[in-house]
Amino acid sequence: MSVYDVRRTLPLRVEAVRQFRRRRTLVAFGILLVLPWVLVAAFKLGGDPSRDGVPGLVDVATAGALNFALFALFVSTGFLLVVAVALFCGDTVASEAGWSSLRYLLAAPVPRARLLRQKLIVALSYAVLAVVSLPLMSLVAGTAGFGWDEVHLPTGGTVPVDTALGRMAIVVGYALVSQLVVAALAFLLSVTTDSPLGAVGGAVGLVIVSNILDAVTALGSARDFLPTHWMYAWMDVLQPEVQWTGMAKGAAVSISYAAVLFALAFRRFRTRDIVS
Amino acid sequence: MRPGGALRARWGRTGRSARWAAAGTAVALAAGAVAWGVAAGGAPRVRTLDQRIAVVDGPHDDQRVSLDTTFYKPVGGRRAPAVLLGHGFGGSKADVDRQARDLARAGYAVLAWSARGFGRSTGEIALDSPDYEVKDTRQLVDWLARRPEVRLDAPGDPRLGIAGASYGGAIALLTAAYDRRVDAIAPMITWNDLADALFPDAAAANPSNGVFKKLWAGLFFTSGAGRTACGRFLPSLCAMYQEIAEKGRPTDAAIATLRRSSPSTVADRIKVPTLLVQGQADSLFPLDHADATARAIARNGAPVSVVWYQGGHDGGDPESDRIDDLVLGFFDARLKGADGAAPRFMVTRAGGLDSSTQRVVVDEATSRTYPGLSNDRQPLALSGGPQTIYNPPGGSPTAISALPGLGALSSLGGGLGGGRLAAEQPGQFAAFDTAPLARPLQLTGAASVTLRTDGDGPLFAKLYDVAPGGGTTLARRLAAPFRASGGQVTVELPAMDYHFDQGHRVRLVIATTDMGFATPAKPASYNVRVVSPLSVPTVPSLKAAPTPIPGWVWGLPLVAVALALAIVLPGRLRRGPEEDSDVPLEIVGLTKAYKNGHLAVADLSFRVEKGQVLGLLGPNGAGKTTTLRMLMGLIHPDSGEIRIFGHRVYPGAAVLARLGSFVEGPGFLPHLTGRDNLDLYWRATGRPSDEAHLDEALQIADLGSALDRPVRTYSQGMRQRLAIAQAMLGLPDLLVLDEPTNGLDPPQIREMREVLVRYAAAGRTVIVSSHLLAEVEQTCTHAVVMARGRRVAAGPVAEITGAGRRLEDAFLEIIGESS
Repeated sequence: MSVYDVRRTLPLRVEAVRQFRRRRTLVAFGILLVLPWVLVAAFKLGGDPSRDGVPGLVDVATAGALNFALFALFVSTGFLLVVAVALFCGDTVASEAGWSSLRYLLAAPVPRARLLRQKLIVALSYAVLAVVSLPLMSLVAGTAGFGWDEVHLPTGGTVPVDTALGRMAIVVGYALVSQLVVAALAFLLSVTTDSPLGAVGGAVGLVIVSNILDAVTALGSARDFLPTHWMYAWMDVLQPEVQWTGMAKGAAVSISYAAVLFALAFRRFRTRDIVS
Repeated sequence: MRPGGALRARWGRTGRSARWAAAGTAVALAAGAVAWGVAAGGAPRVRTLDQRIAVVDGPHDDQRVSLDTTFYKPVGGRRAPAVLLGHGFGGSKADVDRQARDLARAGYAVLAWSARGFGRSTGEIALDSPDYEVKDTRQLVDWLARRPEVRLDAPGDPRLGIAGASYGGAIALLTAAYDRRVDAIAPMITWNDLADALFPDAAAANPSNGVFKKLWAGLFFTSGAGRTACGRFLPSLCAMYQEIAEKGRPTDAAIATLRRSSPSTVADRIKVPTLLVQGQADSLFPLDHADATARAIARNGAPVSVVWYQGGHDGGDPESDRIDDLVLGFFDARLKGADGAAPRFMVTRAGGLDSSTQRVVVDEATSRTYPGLSNDRQPLALSGGPQTIYNPPGGSPTAISALPGLGALSSLGGGLGGGRLAAEQPGQFAAFDTAPLARPLQLTGAASVTLRTDGDGPLFAKLYDVAPGGGTTLARRLAAPFRASGGQVTVELPAMDYHFDQGHRVRLVIATTDMGFATPAKPASYNVRVVSPLSVPTVPSLKAAPTPIPGWVWGLPLVAVALALAIVLPGRLRRGPEEDSDVPLEIVGLTKAYKNGHLAVADLSFRVEKGQVLGLLGPNGAGKTTTLRMLMGLIHPDSGEIRIFGHRVYPGAAVLARLGSFVEGPGFLPHLTGRDNLDLYWRATGRPSDEAHLDEALQIADLGSALDRPVRTYSQGMRQRLAIAQAMLGLPDLLVLDEPTNGLDPPQIREMREVLVRYAAAGRTVIVSSHLLAEVEQTCTHAVVMARGRRVAAGPVAEITGAGRRLEDAFLEIIGESS
C-alpha cells in the first residue's frame, strides 16, 4: 500500500491554485481593484462633494487618500463586500458538486471534515484578500487622486496619519469580522446545495432580508441580534475617541452566528449522501 | 432572552439530531419569558397622599402659607428614611413626580412640595430666603417626623435627605445649614452665591463690580413673575430686581438680599454628606458655584462628592438615568448605610456617537479626590501682541456665547456646527494663540491668564479650540466677564472639562460684547495684551472607565461555541484497528433506501478476488451506481458493509487510497487544462508524485496536444478518457469503472478492453459496470448481475452464460426470471 497520509490530502496550496484561475475569482478581484479608480474618476469629473445636510463620509471623501479609502469602504460594506465574501464562501463546495469533481476528491480520499476545513480556509483567505484589497487599492488610487493627508472626520476634526493608519486597520479588521456571518451562511448553503448560484444568492438574499428587518424600527432592540445590524459599526472608529461598544456587540453577534452556522455546515456535510 | 430567540432560529436547523437541544432552548426561553413578565408586571405601585400643609413663616413668624404637597409612601412597609424633593424655579411639585416614585420604590418616604409662590401653594416668592422658604421646609420636616412611615433618628428628627435641582437645590443647602435634622443633601445645578451668579466678575469675584448677566437674570425673574410686573414675587424682591435690571449694576442692598438667599453665607454650617451635581452646559450657575460650595462644606469635615454632568441650565444631555442613579446610590449610602458611596469627583464626557443608536456616548471619568478648579496647572505661552478692540455704539451687534438652550450643541464639542455659531464681531475681539499642542490636553478646571488693559468697561474672556485646518470652536460656549479698569488683571476663565486635541491650538479671546450680558451703549476702545502664559489646570488622575459592554457580548459567543460543539461533536466515528486481507472487495448484506422510500440496493452480497475483471451488470435502476457510490464512501449504506482489502469503507476511509474510480461520468475543473487537472488531483491525494505513474495514465488518455487546453473545450470522449486516466493514477489495486467505453470510438474501445485485461493480469482487480453485454463478455472473467437492487446472478462469465449461449440471452433470461 502506497504512502497515504490524511494530513497531506488537499493541501491549501493545491486548493488555492484550483480556485485561483477561475474566472469568478479574477472578476471579483478585478471589480474590487478597479472600483477605487472609478470612484476617483467620478469625483474628478463631478467636482468636490457639496457639504450640506447631515455630515457624512462622502463630504470628506476627497480630503486625502485615507479619507477616500474610508469612503470606498463605506459604499462597499453594505453590498459589494457582502457579495464578494458570499461568492468565495458560497461557491467553493457547491461548484465542485456542480462539476462532479467533489466525488473524486472525496474518494481520493480526502476525509469530509478535512476537505471542508481546507476549502473553508482557502475561501476565507480569498474573502479576506478581497476585503483588504479594496481599501489598499483605494489608498493607492486616493493618493494618486487626492494626495496624502490626515483623516478628516465627518463630524469635524482630524486624526493624524500614524493614528489614522492604526484606525484603518481596526476598520478593516472589524469589517472582516462582521462579514464572518455572511461567510458562514454562504458556506452552509454551499454544502447544502449543488448550485453555486443558489448558495451565493441565498446568502446575499438573507443579508438583504436582514437589512429590511433592520429598517423596521418597531422591532426595537431585537434588531441588535440581526446579523447585519452592526455592519457599519466600524464608523465608530471615525470619531475623536474610538467607541468600542458597537463593534464589540457586532463582533459578538457575527462570531456567534458564524460559529453555529459553520458547525451546522460541518455536520451537514459529514452526514450527507453525495449524489452529485 | 433575546439571544435565546436569535439562537432558536439556528437551533431549528440542526435537524433531528439536535432536537434535545431545541427542547432545552424552549425551556430556557419559557423560563426567561416568565422571569421577564414578573419583572415587567411586578413594578410595585406607589401610593401617594396629596394634601396641603399649613406652615407659618416670615421674619416675624406671622405669615400663614398653605403648601401643596404630595407624600409618596415608601414601598416595603417598614419605616423608611425620608427624602424631601424640591423643584426648579418656575416649576412645581409635579416636576419631580417621576423621581419621587423611583425613590419611593427604592424604599424612601418622599415628600414633594410646591414652594411658596409656585404651583398651587400660596404665598410669594422669596428666593429661598431663610425667613420664608427655609422656615417652610423646616416645618415640612416636622410633618415628616410625625408620619408613621418615616424612620426617626430621635423623636421629631427623621432620617432625612433633601434633593432638588436649581431652586430646589439651593433650598436643600440652606435647609441643611439651618436645620440639624437633615442627614444628607444632593443639590443639583444650583448657586453658591446668587449675587455672583447674576453679577459675575472673573477678575475679583466681587459682584458690586460684576457684569450684569441680563439675559439669564431676565428669564429667571420673569418666569416667576408671570404676566404681571411683579407676579408672585415678594414686593421688596421685585423692586430690587427692577432697580438692578434698569441700572445694570447691583446696589449694596441687593447684594445683601441675594447673599442672604445664598449657601455661600451659611456654608460653614453645612456639615452633612453632600452630593453636588453641576452642569457643564450651564452659564447661569457655572461649575465654579459647585466648586465654592464643595470647598466650603469640605472645610467643615463633611464628605462631599462633586459631579459635572453634560446638562445644565443651557440645555444638553440631561443624563436623567445616570443622575437619578447617583442620587439614589448616594442616599442609599448615607441614609441606609449601604455600601458604595459616589466617587468624590466624577466628570461625564461626551465620547462620540454610537453609530447604531445615533446617540452621544457619555463616559464617566472619576477620581478619588476632588481636585478643585486649579489642579496641576500647566503654563501655555500665548502669542499675539497688544491689540485694540472696540465696544460698538449702542452695544450692538454682540458676540454670542452661551444662550439658554444652546447647551445641547456645546456637549458635542461644537463638532456638529454648534461651535461655528459663536460669531465674534470683527473689531470687537482680541485673540491670543498657543502653539499647536504637542499632545492632547484635557483641561479640567478654570484656566487663568493675566492681562493688561486700559479703558473702563466690561470685557469677556473665553477659550476657543482651533483645529489645524482653522476651524474654531468656542469651548463649552462659556464666557467669563470681567471689568477692565486700567492696569493688570488676572482673569479666571470659565471652569470646564474640555479636550483639546493634539495639533490643535488654544485661543484666548477677549471680546467687548456678549449677548448674555449688559454692555454699555457708549462706544469705547481698549488696548489688550497678555502678560502671562495661559495657566491651564488638569486632573491627570481623572480616569474614564470604558463604557460598560453588556454581558451578552461575552455570553452569546460562548453559548454559540458551546452550541457549535454540541452540533459537531456527536456522531463522529471512532474505528478500531482492522486486519489487512487479500480480498480486494467483499460486500455483505448491503442495503440502501433513499429518502423517498426507493429501495436502491437490497441485501447485496458478493466478493471479488484478486486478478478478476468483474462485470457488474443490470438494467437501468438496478442499483449499480448506488453500489459503486457506496463503494467510494459517497453514500452511507443503511445496513451491511463493504470491505476493501479487509478494511471497512466509510467516508474518507484511508483504504480508499487503494481504489481508483470512475463513476457516473467525469468530474473536472473546467477552467484548468487536462494536465493540470490530473496534476492537482494527484497532489490533492497527498501522495508522492513519483507514485502517480502519470505517463502511463496519459498514454491511456491519448489526448495529445489537447492535454494543455482547458477541459471545458474537450469533447465527451476526451473527458471520458481523461477521467479513466485519473482513475488509474497511482495504479490502484482496485479499479472501478462505470460505463468506461461511453463516447469512445471503436478502436479506442478495443484498446480500452486490452488495457483492462492487462491491468488485471498484473495482479490487480478491475470492476466494470456496463450495459454493453458484448463488451463485458469479451473483457470480464466474472460477472454479478443485479436487478431491482438485488443480486440475481454471480460467478464466472462462462458459468452464467452456460454452454453455447451468449451473455445477452442469459442476461435477458435472468432479468426476466427475476421480474
